[in-house]
Amino acid sequence: MGLTLAEKILSQRAGREVRAGELVVVEVDQVMVVDSIAGSFFKRLEQLGAMPRYPEKVAIVIDHVAPAANVEVAKAQKEIREWGQRVGCRVFDVGRGICHQVLVEERLALPGGIVLGSDSHSTTYGGVACFGSGMGATDIALAAASGRTWLRVPESVKVTFRGRLNPAVSAKDAALEMVRVLTADGATYMSVEIHLEDGAESLTRSQRLTLANLSVEAGAKCGLVVPSGEILELYDVPGWLYPDPDAAYVREVEIDLSALTPRVSVPFYVDNVQTVDSVMGKKVDQVFVGTCTNGRLDDLHEVAEVLRGRRVAPGVRMLVIPASSQVLEEATADGTLLTILQAGATLGTPGCGPCMGRHQGVLAPGEVCVSTSNRNFKGRMGAADAEIYLASPRVAAASAVAGFITTPEALNAERPTPNA
Amino acid sequence: MARIWKFGDSINTDDILPGKYAPFMVGEDKFHTYAFAHFRPEFAQGYKPGDVLVAGRNTGLGSSREYAPEALKRLGLRAIIAKSYARIFYRNLVNLGIMPFEAPEVVDALHDGDEVELEFERGVLRRGSETFRLTPPPGFLLEALKEGSILEYYRKYGRFPGEGRP
Repeated sequence: MGLTLAEKILSQRAGREVRAGELVVVEVDQVMVVDSIAGSFFKRLEQLGAMPRYPEKVAIVIDHVAPAANVEVAKAQKEIREWGQRVGCRVFDVGRGICHQVLVEERLALPGGIVLGSDSHSTTYGGVACFGSGMGATDIALAAASGRTWLRVPESVKVTFRGRLNPAVSAKDAALEMVRVLTADGATYMSVEIHLEDGAESLTRSQRLTLANLSVEAGAKCGLVVPSGEILELYDVPGWLYPDPDAAYVREVEIDLSALTPRVSVPFYVDNVQTVDSVMGKKVDQVFVGTCTNGRLDDLHEVAEVLRGRRVAPGVRMLVIPASSQVLEEATADGTLLTILQAGATLGTPGCGPCMGRHQGVLAPGEVCVSTSNRNFKGRMGAADAEIYLASPRVAAASAVAGFITTPEALNAERPTPNA
Repeated sequence: MARIWKFGDSINTDDILPGKYAPFMVGEDKFHTYAFAHFRPEFAQGYKPGDVLVAGRNTGLGSSREYAPEALKRLGLRAIIAKSYARIFYRNLVNLGIMPFEAPEVVDALHDGDEVELEFERGVLRRGSETFRLTPPPGFLLEALKEGSILEYYRKYGRFPGEGRP
């Protein structure tokens, strides 16, 4: 029996063949710490009486509340900067962007590598076939202090996407469909191994990151996209970084991209995935485009395409927060941002924005938000009864224009043509 | 005697501690007073040290925020009995020294407000004349829990449970 991609990566690192169910202790390439848990991280290191073993392998990203929203946060972020300087760890400060996007851009998460992050969406690195996994402050502090971590080699679920997305459908829809099929705990403790075939290899790095990002919403330890297409152009992918054809999977799922329609995840769980049609017409108060799921340049292109020549509906707030300073620069340079701003949307500092309800667009009781983010749990973005509908950038933009949940196609159909 | 606080399936970390009440936002000294602030506002006031949290499937899904279970620990929680756990939450419980029992049939048998006695080292739970047996976590995790938490284990042995032999 052959090895899965997760078994390949962990075997390579362990220096012996390891199989699902075994416990391994492995060296990690990078330990990523976000601002909101940095205080706990420092405290745990203190309890251990240790400092990072390899300071160059620890990166702290100030993104979860950036810029600081209150004095507590400002104090915590000041401590991060001072600590980083003292210890010699990288600190990515306010405005550089969301941790996962930054680690990919900085090439700190690489194919075949192992990166641990103090954020559950660290599965995102799997988009470039890097074993990325989220852990809490204690595990992260132990990894920084020792340079290693313990892992149970995960079983794998194989998800094969086939065909090409039609123009009305985004990678986000494919990712939501995957979560619907797997369910919120269908891949708990497991690796979601994503195969792209029959045209799906053309999915870009950004789209792959979106797929891997949402794998954690099915409970996954990691979500690994088998390298192909753009990944082979962007990276030196090691020859061993492929699953064996006879690898063992606990479950195999197929999703036909060409048959997919736009999706939306309705409150209050991510796996409550429905077709947009089923919630079409739901009134919207806020639209948020951004996050580690959908704040990249291609996402902003999708948004601009829908918004071009249109206006955000009266009474709707549209917040756009690029995932990183690089995305912001590129979207500025190519005119995307101007199109978005001319439509009446407003711009936030690259970072996590209101995704976890701390600042920059917190929801009032009873409000409805269409968001390109990854979680719609009760109270996630503010008031306990505010509702979050997770959707693609295209659907988010169309909903902002209409003032209710809709698709760009429905919007086009309703729009009088010049000859009408 | 301890009280059972029973919850359903899919209790997520935003339920346990909403992001806006992170220690990072409200200070180290009071974040735990917001445990279940949205979901069950009477919890933080009513919870007494040693009370047992009982929950359904996929307990603790969502964010990696260790301060969610840490808020419960701060209130005096030493054990959870659930049908199943989300991965990061399970690791966080072990790392904080909170015993994560997995026992679906025991969860079904227990009710909110039940008075119980829990000997958590032995995995024995009593309600009146009834006794329930709880299976502790797998060996290597138990090794860490026996030292108090994985931090104490690592500090003492300089290695992870299961990594080589002392």
